[in-house]
Amino acid sequence: MKRFRRHGNELHRERIKQDLFQFNKTVEHGFPHQPSALAYSPVLQLMAIGSRSGAFKIYGAPEVEIMGLHEENAAVTQIHFLPEQGQLVTLLDDNSLHLWKLKKSLDGLSILKEESHFDLRGQPGAPPSVTTITVVLPHSSGDVIFLGTEGGCVFVVEQPSFREQEERTITQEAVLQNVPDDYRSRRSLGSVEALQENPRNPHQILVGYSRGLVILWDLQANQATHHFLGDQQLESVAWQRDGRQIISSHSDGSFYQWPVSNDRLPQPLEKSVPYGPYPCKAIPKIIWLATKQRTPFIIFKGGMPRASYGDRHCVSVLHGSKQIAFDFTSRVIDFFVVDEGGSESDCDDPSALLVLAEEELVAIDLKTPSWPVIQSPYLIPLHCSAITCSHHVSNIPIKLWERIIAAGSKQITHYSSKPWPIDGGYSTAPEPLQRDLLLTGHEDGTIRFWDASGVCLKPLYKLSTVNVFVTDADHNDNLNQSSEDEWPPLRKVGCFDPYSDDPRLGIQKIHLCKYSSYLAVAGTAGQVLVMELNDEAVDQAVPCTLVDILQDQDTFKWKGHERLNPHEDLVHFPAGFQPFALVQCQPPAVVTSLALHSEWKLVTFGTSHGFGLYDYQQKRTVMVRCTLHPSDQLALEGPLSRVKSIKKSLRQSFRRIRGTRASGRKRPVHGDGAAKVQEANARMDREALNEMELAPVQRRIEARSADDSFTGFVRSLYFADSFVRDGSYHEPSLWAGTNGGTVFAYAIHVPPVERRMEEPVTAAQAKEIQLMHRAPVVGIFILDGRGVLLPEPLEAAHDLSKSPDMHGNHMLLVVSEEQFKIFTLPKVSTKTKLKLTALEGSRVRKVSVANFNSSRADDYSENGLLVLTNLGDVQVISLPTLRNQVRYECIRKEDVSGIASCVFTKSGQGFYLISPSEFERFSVSSKWVVEPRCVIDIDEGLGTRTSQQRIPQDGPVTKPNSGEMVQSQQKYGLNRQASIGSEGDGKKTVEIMEHALLNDERVLLEIQSTLESESASADRLSFGHLNRNSKNVAGVQSQGQRMMNGD
Amino acid sequence: MSKSYSKSGSLRGFERVAVEVKSKFGAEFRRFSLCRYKPGKFDEFYNLILHTHNISNMDVLIGYADVHGDLLPINNNDNFCKAISMANPLLRIFVQRKEEVDYDLFGTDSLTRKKKPLGGLRTDTLRKRVHLTISIPQDFRPVSSIIDVDILPETHRRVRLYKHGCEKPLGFYIRDGTSVRVTAHGLEKVPGIFISRLVPGGLAESTGLLAVNDEVLEVNGIEVMGKTLDQVTDMMIANSHNLIITVKPVNQRNNVIRSSRMSGSSGHSNDSTTSHHSLSSTHMMQNYNPEDESDEEADIIIEGTDDPQSIPFKLLSSSFTTSRTNIGNLSQRLQKELAFNDSIRENKGNILKTLTAIKAEARHSLALSRGGIEEDGTVITL
Repeated sequence: MKRFRRHGNELHRERIKQDLFQFNKTVEHGFPHQPSALAYSPVLQLMAIGSRSGAFKIYGAPEVEIMGLHEENAAVTQIHFLPEQGQLVTLLDDNSLHLWKLKKSLDGLSILKEESHFDLRGQPGAPPSVTTITVVLPHSSGDVIFLGTEGGCVFVVEQPSFREQEERTITQEAVLQNVPDDYRSRRSLGSVEALQENPRNPHQILVGYSRGLVILWDLQANQATHHFLGDQQLESVAWQRDGRQIISSHSDGSFYQWPVSNDRLPQPLEKSVPYGPYPCKAIPKIIWLATKQRTPFIIFKGGMPRASYGDRHCVSVLHGSKQIAFDFTSRVIDFFVVDEGGSESDCDDPSALLVLAEEELVAIDLKTPSWPVIQSPYLIPLHCSAITCSHHVSNIPIKLWERIIAAGSKQITHYSSKPWPIDGGYSTAPEPLQRDLLLTGHEDGTIRFWDASGVCLKPLYKLSTVNVFVTDADHNDNLNQSSEDEWPPLRKVGCFDPYSDDPRLGIQKIHLCKYSSYLAVAGTAGQVLVMELNDEAVDQAVPCTLVDILQDQDTFKWKGHERLNPHEDLVHFPAGFQPFALVQCQPPAVVTSLALHSEWKLVTFGTSHGFGLYDYQQKRTVMVRCTLHPSDQLALEGPLSRVKSIKKSLRQSFRRIRGTRASGRKRPVHGDGAAKVQEANARMDREALNEMELAPVQRRIEARSADDSFTGFVRSLYFADSFVRDGSYHEPSLWAGTNGGTVFAYAIHVPPVERRMEEPVTAAQAKEIQLMHRAPVVGIFILDGRGVLLPEPLEAAHDLSKSPDMHGNHMLLVVSEEQFKIFTLPKVSTKTKLKLTALEGSRVRKVSVANFNSSRADDYSENGLLVLTNLGDVQVISLPTLRNQVRYECIRKEDVSGIASCVFTKSGQGFYLISPSEFERFSVSSKWVVEPRCVIDIDEGLGTRTSQQRIPQDGPVTKPNSGEMVQSQQKYGLNRQASIGSEGDGKKTVEIMEHALLNDERVLLEIQSTLESESASADRLSFGHLNRNSKNVAGVQSQGQRMMNGD
Repeated sequence: MSKSYSKSGSLRGFERVAVEVKSKFGAEFRRFSLCRYKPGKFDEFYNLILHTHNISNMDVLIGYADVHGDLLPINNNDNFCKAISMANPLLRIFVQRKEEVDYDLFGTDSLTRKKKPLGGLRTDTLRKRVHLTISIPQDFRPVSSIIDVDILPETHRRVRLYKHGCEKPLGFYIRDGTSVRVTAHGLEKVPGIFISRLVPGGLAESTGLLAVNDEVLEVNGIEVMGKTLDQVTDMMIANSHNLIITVKPVNQRNNVIRSSRMSGSSGHSNDSTTSHHSLSSTHMMQNYNPEDESDEEADIIIEGTDDPQSIPFKLLSSSFTTSRTNIGNLSQRLQKELAFNDSIRENKGNILKTLTAIKAEARHSLALSRGGIEEDGTVITL
């Protein structure tokens, strides 16, 4: 009987779990890793970027992102939009062609689907180079695709059937028929390097061969009509818009202009070496664009003087007498130009140049005379300096949000005012309903603030801590300013800069208090900066407090790096977060944990030697505790001794990478010793690998002892107002957990506000807990009598959260890498525990408390521990019962940096780095899912070009709503009646939401209502009052429900 | 529910200042009491015992029954104090003539298994026994045992290593390997975890129960199938204070033959390794107490140290047992024992709680015998 009832309960519980938890990987933020191909469709206003992993993504207007993934794990080398809308053809480096189609999914969203694929097969026995595709040209008729090959043939295949039209193949023999004998006798034509269709006559295509010959081929007559006898290795050719001239670029850095007239063997009109007279590098791509003013634009990649600038990655723009070489910090993959001239117009009228470099995408406004850069709304290189840590803050108050945006807008003055030139498609994703900040700390000492509320990770503000310190970089500034008449006219663009001036500047920990706008950041050299948000620029000195963590134990010698020297005098700080106190730990070891309490005005920091408590109101150190174990030599010596092992593992992983690269090279170099050498290298690497694998991997089984290394390493710090010493009296307390499984608790006396400046803050040790299993303490939390996590400082004071239950028994939750343990307070004794490692063999890497809302019942939510393990699993563990709720595989367990970079949000979402430049966003909550939901309308007639709806001014781009919105809401099981909207609802909704976001009081109310999850759901639907226009009620409500989930 | 019950129960016991002592010599009983906080020295106690039993001319050994029902000796101040402090509420003392002592009786479960630990019944046989002069262990705990012989297949061995209180390192290494399993499709090669090395002088080696190339099947009742080497490593280290490994010994000739099958089974091991065999059988235990498991789970908690200097960090971080012996101050120690015992009680409840959460199959495979659970039978019936 009893058992039966329990079974029923379990079923019920399972149902609740389904409403609460759901795992989704939703969107990648940032810049694709190792991009390898770029394409643009002027008709659809879409751009596609392919990468070496075999994935490619279509981008349009902000938030419009669609991904396609090839089954083959081969790099995408070329992407071409087919003239029929919504189709693409991709070429992989395994020489296969793939046809993709943009389709509508069941819920009306656009998705990419592979339709068919094709391998070009030559005659049996022919060398593979004959059919190795070098150039792809989809013909404007949409019937055929021309494929130029390494063997020098141009094959014609039908589309979409991919049937070869053998009779139309352009063979070298046919081409050579009309070539003068003296030219022909010299050599074979080489591979096909270029195929271009005459923009005025679809029956003519240009075929360029690598040895220099360019022919004009007549498709109707099936013969060559013109021969352009180039004498240099050809790299690319392009038509002029009117079809009367062509331009060819060559491997010696020159380009030729040729007339297309009745002369069948024309001579070049003009020959120029833009960066001559000294030897120059090749120009692999050139385009020629006509303007209304008749002065054409010539844009080309490369061609720099070989000796002095051969290592630069440049794209040059020539316009009349004006010439600029845009200098990128990473290899240029490809570029294209967005033009405003229609297909019927005589001129191209280029408006923007988009350059895809290996590490970033840069758009240059060609309409504004100075050719400034247009700020991109997506594809931002997160890794412009390597990311060292990240911190997520949910639900930012509008005041702080606006101030951060204001501070950020002062930084982007040099950008173009033009909107982002690519705006195909539109997003039907609901507006984000709260403002979330993601802060990333970087190796170069900067902190970037990102708007992480929606599908696009938008940069808001960049904060640098560099100017606080004296660095070598200071006097280098004038080097970057190039003088006017310098040649070549280089201009640095893009922000990718992987080189850090000083690794000690690296940011390790960030803590932002969203209510008080205080920010604490800590770095590699033991520096802790406390900052305050100021809307005005100031000049101020930053007082530095030295904190001796070792507390005069002079037997220890620090062999690590030295501390950074702060500027003694006034430093200029622009508007934004400005440091007002600097704490310098001694020895200057990496700060390993950090916490700030804005109500008590205290900041605490820990290193591998101990932790300290600092009062930033009085600018005074309150307490220092050394956690070092006397026998722990490793911790004393600094990071040096650890470097060795890292080096070793790096070497091994490099070996591995080299091994795989060697096997999967792009175009194999034929013949020669080079290939042989490579092969031999690869073989040796493989052997080395085998050897490594043959050596038996064994693991030592040993209990952890107190003498292990790094036991004193402070892993977690936590402030709480709780019952530390006494069951009847709660007081401020500080909790610290170490790598050796020790938890220290300090009771803090904070003087009342009126005497806050006079009386000192004091701290006394109240408790010390030594966990018997000695595993590192990764998290400390205190739950109130109801089992709810104590609120953040000022949260209750701002009425944004329910005040904690200060009468019941508080519980201390200690999360070690191996166990979760709840202790009673104030007398510490074990109440509940979950031994994760003993049961599963996995260890806790990241832990955070999250609130999970039910997707079904609006008023139901549960708190849970969100846990990431060393196996890459994400688990939810219930509070305070410590039961495992769900487990999802999230990150590959080999992806150590991915696991290390993971950060959770308070609503059950998370981010982790899938490459140095990309965050993957995932969600464990079934309620809070941020994912791209976009639609690209593809009409049979070209009538409704989405670009025509472009709105010139900045701000949200509103798009007409079709039925998709309705359908998308239905997918989420929302109120169907509410979503029967007429045309135009979505547009209005967007506007209203925008208004709501700017309306301070209302938004605060709204936030409050979401936070008070236990209040009646009926009140919440009052969101509808926000809109003045009664006809929009339905639309707004349905959006509101997406956020708060009305029944 | 179990928690509150046992907690209050234990507390009640501790509140009493007097310790009831029931001393037994042969068939004679004597009762007296001692002050819990001032028990005095061992010598005084020894003389008191001799005096009360009127055997002042005899050399005797004094033993007591601890909370687990083990017969443990009292022969110095430390274990005397321990005995007094653990008395809950009654301290049962057993006095034996030195020449009649059966040393085998000392150790785990000796009292619970045999209701009459000492007594005239077996004295005749004991006398005839060749007496090994092994000194009485200062540390009373066993270091290893074979458990669950009755429920495991004969080819498997479940070994329990007691790390606590033992200064020896566990001392073994594990590796990946392949083993052969019988499946529905016939024999199949599957990845497995094996013991790759025993550290000389380590606990694992000294027990003689584990050997290189033994396949590890379970760690504390959890199957290692499908787990990586690193996972198994972490599991073992997490359980290192009380590690129970189920292995398939590479040498199958030393298997413990169950008495029930003794007649029918053909493979009676009677080879050169009999000495080893008998050694391991002395370790053989059928039951173990979940209470023991929670022993080492007791975290050290220091409350309200306003003066943190009074307890040097070094002491704290060294292992629990050493700090126990190092601190001379008795009252401080007692206070600690108090907290210690307290958490034992609580942990017991928790373990049972977590047990119920584990699915039924897992419960079976978990190395808990019936006896262990019945002790807390008031709380849970499985």
